[in-house]
Amino acid sequence: MANILAVDDSPSMRKMVSFTLKEAGHHVITAENGEQGLAAARAETADLVLTDINMPTMDGISLVKALRDLPNYAHVPILVLTTESGANKKMEGKHVGATGWLVKPFNPEKLLEVVSKVLD
Amino acid sequence: MFDDFTHDLNTFADHAENQFLTFMLGSEEFGIDILQIQEIKGWGSVTKIPNMPDYILGVINLRGTIVPIMDLRKRFKLQNAEYNATTVIIVCKAKDENHERTVGMVVDAVSEVYDMNEKSMQATPDFGSNIDADFIKGLANIDDKMIILMNVDKLISHEVKDHLEEVKKLSDELESEN
Amino acid sequence: MDLKDVVDSFYAESLEGLDLMENVLLTLPPGPVESEVINKIFRAAHSIKGGGGIFGFAEISDFMHGVETVLDQLRNGQREASNELSELLLETVDCVRHMFKAARDKKPVQQDRVTSLRQQVDMILHQSAPETSKLKTELMVNPKSSDWHISFKPHPGMLAKANDPLRMIRHLAELGSIRSQACLDELPPFAELDPTECYLAWEIELTADVREDEIEEVFSWVLDECDLIIKPLDSPAKQAGKSARIELKPVPSGDTLQSTDGPAASESIRVSIDKIDNLINLVGELVITQSMLSRFDNDISALDLETLRNGLSQLIRNTRDLQESVLQIRMLPIRFCFNRFPRLVHDISLKLNKKVNLKLSGEDTELDKTVLECINNPLLHLVRNALDHGLETPEQRRRANKPETGTLELKAYHESGSILIEVIDDGNGLNTDKIRKRALERGIIAAEDNLGEHQINQLIFQAGFTTAEKISDLSGRGVGMDVVKRDINDLGGDVWLESEFGVGTKVSIRLPLTLAILDGQLLRVGSEIYVMPLSTIIETLQINSDHINTLPGNSQVYRLRNKYIPIIRLDEAFNTNAEATKLEDGLLVIVDSERQHYGIWVDELLDQQQVVIKSLVSNFKQVCGVSGATILGDGTVALILDATGIVSAFTKRHNVSGMAVA
Repeated sequence: MANILAVDDSPSMRKMVSFTLKEAGHHVITAENGEQGLAAARAETADLVLTDINMPTMDGISLVKALRDLPNYAHVPILVLTTESGANKKMEGKHVGATGWLVKPFNPEKLLEVVSKVLD
Repeated sequence: MFDDFTHDLNTFADHAENQFLTFMLGSEEFGIDILQIQEIKGWGSVTKIPNMPDYILGVINLRGTIVPIMDLRKRFKLQNAEYNATTVIIVCKAKDENHERTVGMVVDAVSEVYDMNEKSMQATPDFGSNIDADFIKGLANIDDKMIILMNVDKLISHEVKDHLEEVKKLSDELESEN
Repeated sequence: MDLKDVVDSFYAESLEGLDLMENVLLTLPPGPVESEVINKIFRAAHSIKGGGGIFGFAEISDFMHGVETVLDQLRNGQREASNELSELLLETVDCVRHMFKAARDKKPVQQDRVTSLRQQVDMILHQSAPETSKLKTELMVNPKSSDWHISFKPHPGMLAKANDPLRMIRHLAELGSIRSQACLDELPPFAELDPTECYLAWEIELTADVREDEIEEVFSWVLDECDLIIKPLDSPAKQAGKSARIELKPVPSGDTLQSTDGPAASESIRVSIDKIDNLINLVGELVITQSMLSRFDNDISALDLETLRNGLSQLIRNTRDLQESVLQIRMLPIRFCFNRFPRLVHDISLKLNKKVNLKLSGEDTELDKTVLECINNPLLHLVRNALDHGLETPEQRRRANKPETGTLELKAYHESGSILIEVIDDGNGLNTDKIRKRALERGIIAAEDNLGEHQINQLIFQAGFTTAEKISDLSGRGVGMDVVKRDINDLGGDVWLESEFGVGTKVSIRLPLTLAILDGQLLRVGSEIYVMPLSTIIETLQINSDHINTLPGNSQVYRLRNKYIPIIRLDEAFNTNAEATKLEDGLLVIVDSERQHYGIWVDELLDQQQVVIKSLVSNFKQVCGVSGATILGDGTVALILDATGIVSAFTKRHNVSGMAVA
């Protein structure tokens, strides 16, 4: 049971992610873009952050960068959610401090598998 | 095919034993299928609707919905339509093709509930009553009394349709006059 | 919430995304693309593709892949926009819409359409621009082995990104059995040790029936942050005997879609968080008020009138605020309706060979969801009319010394408790003479009628009136402006038209903001009480008998600031009895109907109050001059007046059209 922050501008993705994680017994906070995500992250330190890359106002890359600058988040795993065509985005995410990535489309099982991988 | 199905249903219903509530209009006794009746209300004041025939008394507030009230005695041009202690409003549900309406009908008094087989009903003869044969399902004989079974659906859908046409005709007339 | 909800919301969101793509594509100028603009639609395409795979719309996801790549190239500047490209992308938008609908209705997809569009998109991708499809063909034939040696040496900074080497080793252990040895060579003396850095390295032997890439996968996130060597321990001969395994990509299970029973799309509404927060605040206030008042319940001796009065007035305010906020939830920006017009205008003008610049303004103006849904058709009709009959061809416009490209404007704004929607074109305008002639032929007006230009123009709202030279398949479908007018009137609104020949036409629609409640003025005629919507009332006045003039035919007008206003006696209009017999004993309520003023004569004005609108039609029928009913505080019913209906019945009866103009 962990505190997971999920940031994605697509409501259905947010719903899917939070539905899956809640079913698995996690506590999930969602945010619509980097800015909201950052605010939520500040309010309560999460055990894991999942963030989309393409989002309005503040994208995932900037969010990762900003999170790594927060003292509480130096060692919190951050995963970027990306699509195959965004291969270079994965690396961009990595460079600014993401722990790893999850390639869309993923199914709930894959999501849980990856999450459990970084949370243990 | 769907038509066939509903037709069958109707035939089936025709053979069923139904209960009817009867009421008095002047000296004659009328009946309505009890399944169509929602409730019976005492007589109270109504809000008039402009430019309606005299038998449309107006509308009342029935727990938040607006329900029109028709005086059946005036509708069938019976004499002496009085409003006294026994005057009641029978609130019915009337269906037409695509819509169900709740309407109130003012009658002199309610009288009995009878079991009746619609099959044993007589077709409406042209007996020169004031009442349009269209609005009558048929006649029944109970204890040597004649009871006129009303077709509420037809009465109401006629009322609602009739006037749209009348208004249209009127406005067409006015237009051609101009 | 269950997965069906999630899929539903993905569906709704994707359709919105497609609408957005459409809107952007319609206005995408050729040339390099502005990043802000393309980013938006890239995101939309990206979400559809990403979600498509997750929610069981694999086919759509696949289809969107090419589209996404094209958009990505536009975004990176590898490709420039062109009209042809926009057209193609618009077609793909339509196609994806079709695929979504087919999936939802469980109907087959038009496979030819999908395939042909896919080929077109692929062709574009292959024409130029680097494609990354290489990756796919590179599918390495990985040797498979059962014994592996792995050297894993993280770079010092790896821990900073929350990647734990132990996690990866544990993960390897899940693949098979491991023997690992930590290498402490790099470990500095304790005093120099930085706990945030990684100094260890591992030599690992793994016994598992896996391929090299499966092992690499364990380290995939850190490949750039470690030295990794993976070597099979087997002899090559041993491998040769093993058959190649074909990797099956995990296909998201189709269950999520299959399990949804039929469309069953219950109507829903998206509400902004702000509105919800506002509601929560109000409920909070209500609770405070309640606790303030319930004090008296515990201790009646504490009751003092002042506090009670304050509490009650607070309760009244809370209730009213709450009511307004709840109604606000039903309010949607008119954008939802306007949004479809860019595409429509684009398509129609192509068909008609006309050049049109569509301007939208006031898209954020909010109105009730029901009203919003009902104005779609009337607006559609007005826009079609404007394009078909209003705007001229570029040729005609040149000859008339107008710019070749015509302008069509859709405008929405609030005005005194109503919403106004205008459809403005700078086309040819109405030919008043022609309309008059036609109206005479059809017997709609009489030769002796002395009508102003404005009134003649309104005649096109009459039934059976069309001046189009030929019936076109666009607007002349047998329904005319009369249907528009009827639809608008049914919503409790009115519509009128201003036009100047050769210059343009403006059609204005006024609608109530909501169909649920209205601010009303209670009026009395005899013993009957009516409600007049405040939005239609210009002013109310005491009658000065000197200002009453009687016209032949016994109709009367009232002089108000040098304008003559027809007097409509409500008792006559409704065939009921007023208390006052002389005009000067009553009051005049000046109302606006289709931009003309009329004075409705009543006995008395009562309170103003907000009333809840109830339907007369649901149990009865439409009544001329009455738009609905409401229930007053004492439980009795009062009819809500429809000024436009009263006026039109009146003008028909009195034929006063000739005198209504000052």
